Amino acid sequence: MIEIINLCKSFNGRKVLNNLNLTINTGETTVIIGRSGCGKSVLLKHIIGLLKPDEGQVFVDGKDITRLSNKALSQIRMKFGMLFQGSALFDSLSVWENVAFGMLEHDNKKKSDVIGRVRECLSIVDLRNVEEFKPAELSGGMRKRVGLARAICMKPEIILYDEPTTGVDPITGDAVNDLIRNLHDKLKVTALAVTHDMTSAYKIADKIAMLYDGKIITVGTPDEIKNTSDPVVKQFISGEAEGPITRGGEDHG
Amino acid sequence: MLNIKKGITVLGTKAVEFIRYIGALTIFVGEIGFWLFHPPFRFKQVMRQTARMGASSLPIISLISLFIGMVLALQSAYQMQKIQAEMYIASLVALSVIREIGPVLTALIVAGRCGAAITAEIGTMKVTEQIDALETLATNPINYLVVPRFWALLISLVTLTIYANFIGMVGGYIVGVAKLRIPHHMYIKMTFEPLRQSDMRNGLYKSFVFAIVICIIACFEGMRAKEGAEGVGKATTSSVVRSFVLIIACDCFLTALMYFIGR
Ligand SMILES: Nc1ncnc2c1ncn2[C@@H]1O[C@H](COP(=O)(O)OP(=O)(O)OP(=O)(O)O)[C@@H](O)[C@H]1O
Ligand SMILES: [Mg+2]
Repeated sequence: MIEIINLCKSFNGRKVLNNLNLTINTGETTVIIGRSGCGKSVLLKHIIGLLKPDEGQVFVDGKDITRLSNKALSQIRMKFGMLFQGSALFDSLSVWENVAFGMLEHDNKKKSDVIGRVRECLSIVDLRNVEEFKPAELSGGMRKRVGLARAICMKPEIILYDEPTTGVDPITGDAVNDLIRNLHDKLKVTALAVTHDMTSAYKIADKIAMLYDGKIITVGTPDEIKNTSDPVVKQFISGEAEGPITRGGEDHG
Repeated sequence: MLNIKKGITVLGTKAVEFIRYIGALTIFVGEIGFWLFHPPFRFKQVMRQTARMGASSLPIISLISLFIGMVLALQSAYQMQKIQAEMYIASLVALSVIREIGPVLTALIVAGRCGAAITAEIGTMKVTEQIDALETLATNPINYLVVPRFWALLISLVTLTIYANFIGMVGGYIVGVAKLRIPHHMYIKMTFEPLRQSDMRNGLYKSFVFAIVICIIACFEGMRAKEGAEGVGKATTSSVVRSFVLIIACDCFLTALMYFIGR
């Protein structure tokens, strides 16, 4: 279980997260929605300890990761897989070295096992015969999928997806949705996904949480969100230019 | 009045920034110190980096050391011919190359070539979140990126310095024997006669320290890079400038130290 309590974070004096609270149950997929620049990626980075909060705590399976030593944090991170918004592939390494990175670093597996697992992960994200390519030789959508393969390769218990379907075509996007759904159903992975794509959100989410003005303003099942009466959430999910979000001032956007 | 106030504010901000920089640098050095002696050790990476650094700097170091050796011989000829002491040209060239020019020049070239490349590479990794990605894969960036480059710089700078010393003396020899008509055996004899072991050793101590300086500055500036391509450019520039200044400053300090200890 992941518990985020009173998380605050400012950059250059500007509050991005302001007393944010959120609980993510084990085995559930939670989707975070919110406007561009509202702090979704910043939130994900706090959960895996890449950013330190100004105030507040993040508990992962009962341990407050904001207060752990580097070594203990490393240990916790072995449970995690993360897909970055910009893929963040290592561009000096080939695709297969990228995907195998965790295994090569932390397991003493035989090389044939590693190659087998890499091929398996790549075929899950619908990529074939790209093992020897460098990330720079791939398209943006392909890079995203390699990033996804890297995130799932170590069979993590918790996966953080930062916009998994952005930049991939609709067919592959749906395959990615199925993948996230499958990991949830078969492996009981705890997942946190950030997305702007409401179709995808409805499809993969057990819970949807909306981040607005530095806080989580609503958490609910997809059906609850669809039938919400909250005008802010309503405007966001229907994607209207006119409404309380835009009227409330541009400074939130 | 207003100007003075403003001046003090600016000065204060700069001072705070400087102290922050030194603080962060100290922590960084501490971390490198820790990971130098803690596993995992990455021999393959060290070898790869060493080969890359050595190969990329070899041509330019050959060229520059050769020319510097020749220039040194010609400049000392200008002095020595006045007092009919041409045969001492060989000793002058050998001593200045080994004690001073070889280590410093090689360090400056390596700082400009490899140091800048390291900063650009690590800086790009930083701004494209690759360093974050390393951390999420439970790999320490200092251990994975900095430590192999540290050993590689140490090995390649010391080796390149020895090589540059040799080429520098060859440059002196060419001028001395071909142009100034110093007999071959005389030149060789006068090159090696005044050389003591401590001259070699002190020169190599220097390049040892320079390698550490280059590595720390280059990696640190890279890790601090922010705000995209422009930030990487800025980091690379300050990496080169700062290592140049520090190399010369360390050189001055070490030379003084060795002078006083050596007596
Ligand atoms: N390292 C940083 N330094 C300074 N400001 C930052 C940093 N990281 C994020 N921010 C600021 O925090 C805010 C939230 O950024 P974040 O990347 O979390 O947005 P986001 O919700 O993920 O948006 P998007 O949907 O466009 O990805 C932005 O306004 C950004 O300017
Ligand atoms: Mg984002």
